[in-house]
Amino acid sequence: MSNSLQAKEKQELAASGEQIKPGPVFIPAADIFETDKAIVLLADIPGVKTKDLNIDLRDNTLTLEGEIMPFEGADESAVLTEYNVGKYFRQFTLSEVIDQSKIDAKLTDGVLRLTLPKVGKATPRKIAVTAG
Amino acid sequence: MIMRRLFDTPAWRPNLFEELEQMRQRMSRFYEEPGKTTRRAGVFPLINVTENKESYFIRAELPGMKADEIDISATADSLALSGERKIPAEDKNVNYHRRERESGNFSRMFSLPSPIDASKAEAKMTDGILTVILPKAESAKPRQIAIR
Repeated sequence: MSNSLQAKEKQELAASGEQIKPGPVFIPAADIFETDKAIVLLADIPGVKTKDLNIDLRDNTLTLEGEIMPFEGADESAVLTEYNVGKYFRQFTLSEVIDQSKIDAKLTDGVLRLTLPKVGKATPRKIAVTAG
Repeated sequence: MIMRRLFDTPAWRPNLFEELEQMRQRMSRFYEEPGKTTRRAGVFPLINVTENKESYFIRAELPGMKADEIDISATADSLALSGERKIPAEDKNVNYHRRERESGNFSRMFSLPSPIDASKAEAKMTDGILTVILPKAESAKPRQIAIR
């Protein structure tokens, strides 16, 4: 028997610095799992287009930033507002070393699938000792 | 707070509670923030309804859903949305560190402030945002009245 989805309010981020463009910032819900070869992150960011999404990886910190353009036309007035719209931001610290050249990002239907391949661990090598 | 009086004077009592009630109403108005969401999370999906002279626009955030997974039906005065969000299963050998996204089915119906023309309704789904455009019925559109 399937369960029913509960409405959840979007989690807002308490901004540490001030933004240039004022507005709410939300933390997107994310699933993170690991396989032998890669770390995969799936994040719900509805309304973000590929050109407005910034993914940054430096110093073991992964930063996701998605801008949202307002949807409403200029002549529309609000009747009921149950959720706020704002940009998405989330940061993760990665414990694994990632092969940056092979990172894959796909954004479909408002879900980002980010695949971060792990750098292969150095294979152990037997070192021969010669008597000298 | 229970007030005990030495002499029971009923004439005082109604006025006292009335004043407390008025104070309570005035205090509760401080907690409402204008412009922010006026309703706590109710039924999934949360919707934003806007209107212009011609139509109503209803928007909902439904990430990960495709257009054919959502069922929308409209009558002259209400709209019903239902569907199921499925999260595709990954391979068996995965190790989840975080699992915050939810899946499940949803069904919501709400009534509209003025009648709409259901035969001209349109819906589109882009980047996980559903937008339903419901043109208002001719009788509900505002009419300019000329003064002679």
